[in-house]
Amino acid sequence: MGQKITIEPVTRVEGHGKVTIHLDDENNVVQTRLHIVEFRGFERFIQGRPYWEVPVLVQRLCGICPVSHHLASAKAFDVIVGVGPEDLTPTAEKMRRLMHYGQFFQSHALHFFHLASPDLLFGIDADPTRRNVVSVAEEFKELAIQGVMMRKYGQEIIQATAGKKIHGTGAIPGGINKHLTIEEKMKFLIGKDPLNIDQMIEWSIGALDLFKDYHKKNSDFIDNFAAFPSSHMSLVRKDGALDIYHGVLRAVDTEGKKILHDVDYQDYLDYIAEEVRPWSYMKFPYLRFLGKEEGWYRVGPLARLNTCDFISTPLAQNAFEEYKSYTNGKPNHMTMHTHWARLIETLHAAEMMKELLEDPDILEGELIKKGRKTIEGVGLIEAPRGTLFHHYRINQNDQIEMANLIVSTTNNNEPMNKAVELVAKERMNGQEKISESMLNAVETAIRAYDPCLSCATHALGKMPLQISLYDSRDNLIDLVES
Amino acid sequence: MEAEIKILLFGYGNPGRKDDGLGPVLTGLVEKWILKEKINNVFVDSNYQLNIEDAFTIRDYDIVIFADATVETTEDIKLTRILPSDKVNFTMHAVHPAFILDLCQKLYDYAPEVYLLHIKGYEFELNEGLSDQASLNLKKAFVFIQKVIQEPIRYLESIETER
Repeated sequence: MGQKITIEPVTRVEGHGKVTIHLDDENNVVQTRLHIVEFRGFERFIQGRPYWEVPVLVQRLCGICPVSHHLASAKAFDVIVGVGPEDLTPTAEKMRRLMHYGQFFQSHALHFFHLASPDLLFGIDADPTRRNVVSVAEEFKELAIQGVMMRKYGQEIIQATAGKKIHGTGAIPGGINKHLTIEEKMKFLIGKDPLNIDQMIEWSIGALDLFKDYHKKNSDFIDNFAAFPSSHMSLVRKDGALDIYHGVLRAVDTEGKKILHDVDYQDYLDYIAEEVRPWSYMKFPYLRFLGKEEGWYRVGPLARLNTCDFISTPLAQNAFEEYKSYTNGKPNHMTMHTHWARLIETLHAAEMMKELLEDPDILEGELIKKGRKTIEGVGLIEAPRGTLFHHYRINQNDQIEMANLIVSTTNNNEPMNKAVELVAKERMNGQEKISESMLNAVETAIRAYDPCLSCATHALGKMPLQISLYDSRDNLIDLVES
Repeated sequence: MEAEIKILLFGYGNPGRKDDGLGPVLTGLVEKWILKEKINNVFVDSNYQLNIEDAFTIRDYDIVIFADATVETTEDIKLTRILPSDKVNFTMHAVHPAFILDLCQKLYDYAPEVYLLHIKGYEFELNEGLSDQASLNLKKAFVFIQKVIQEPIRYLESIETER
């Protein structure tokens, strides 16, 4: 008799996830699905609201990455108020970038030190009661403190640039509403130990070294776990540099050949479509010209380092060259290398914060520009988890008439499903029960994408994960929760 | 006023989700009140949710009172004592004050007295503003927390511990 396994909800992942695994009569995996439990509602909620409210309103989506939504929507409304993305004042663009790098830094630091490092420090097969951040705090106290302080530094950068912790108002259509003060600048640059930028850079290098050391000792696991070839998509700067705030949209195929040729993201609908599948509330985006079967892609740290040609800051560029040499310059499809890519980006974010903090434009200069209003605009940024689209149209009364958001986790929907399928087939074939190791493996595969399921489904998340096992007649035969 | 005791009131929740914002809204009321009354041993903070960096934040205080909306308690407001817990229920939306306290103790070898003020909420959909019933509970919470701040030892010594 065939079976079906369901895993829900995933711990240390935002939102509520459920994995179902179907087995055939020989207990071989025949189908896996990562289900999203909640449903979308935000686009409808903001219809009729004045457009200038939206960069603040979108932060209601969830409390995890409000800055990404704040900036993506502000970029869309820049277009609507007639200020092109490259026409912002230097002060406005640099303050927004500082906010964004602060967010990247704290988000990536949290993911590495407190979500991924337990797996790396204790091993994926370690006792789950030990494989967590509490044990990291006990056994690697200094490392845990570094994670806390990196989070704090990034959060304070956000507060200083966005104006406040909750519902920040910094980015407004056409610009920014504040400068940094000299006191804030000096605090972030040379502040009391350890909260200064040089310490942040040093700790970022240390985290990278920790990963590389683990990789040397566990290359088989890191290179092969949940690895599969795919296309990759992200923003890149017009000259091909890694850029998480602005640029053009590029996608490469499994061999690194460009399949989306640095296009203007205002035209994203010409290139990207979203498939609805009846079993999931989360859509499946794909590159239109390749079709539903072949057009799916990955976004996020791994994808960004596959699409970009170089990194503009020296320490991260050195790390990038070493990273690229591991695959002889070819695209890296090794899912667990996402952690490596994330740490290179963390270092880049720290270097960029230093560069921006030293720039006099953040202290003075024009904050906002005005232009000729239009009715439609698209804002795109690279959120920590990947490419984030905000698309709005307004009516003659300046009210939102249409909104479409494609969030990072939605872009990674198909890859996460692929990763779960791979792991399930590898670990579950021939099994009748869900083992602890199986649960851990599924979690680890999903967690590499740092998904924010709450955000992807636009609902307040309670996040756990379950795996359920069903036979071919849909009888539940096992259920595991983490 | 027991002015020598350094107190932090930390409200958390998303004000864009109606009653989920009870904690931050209470924090805003208390902030205005302590400024008006020139109370200088009480500090306030707020955020969408608690996270690991709050272990660093709370290490500077004698008493920390977290304030959060709840759908669980049957009372309109309820204050409970929080003890450190290494129970890992770690998701970035829902780090419990007990986890923050445990992390603070492990990382900084110090644990302040920590309490959680549960304020009952009713509506959590996307919108700003509190429901009518939650607004009433907010008023009760504000009156209560004023008393606690003015006489912390009297009001906190008999508070039951959350299990």
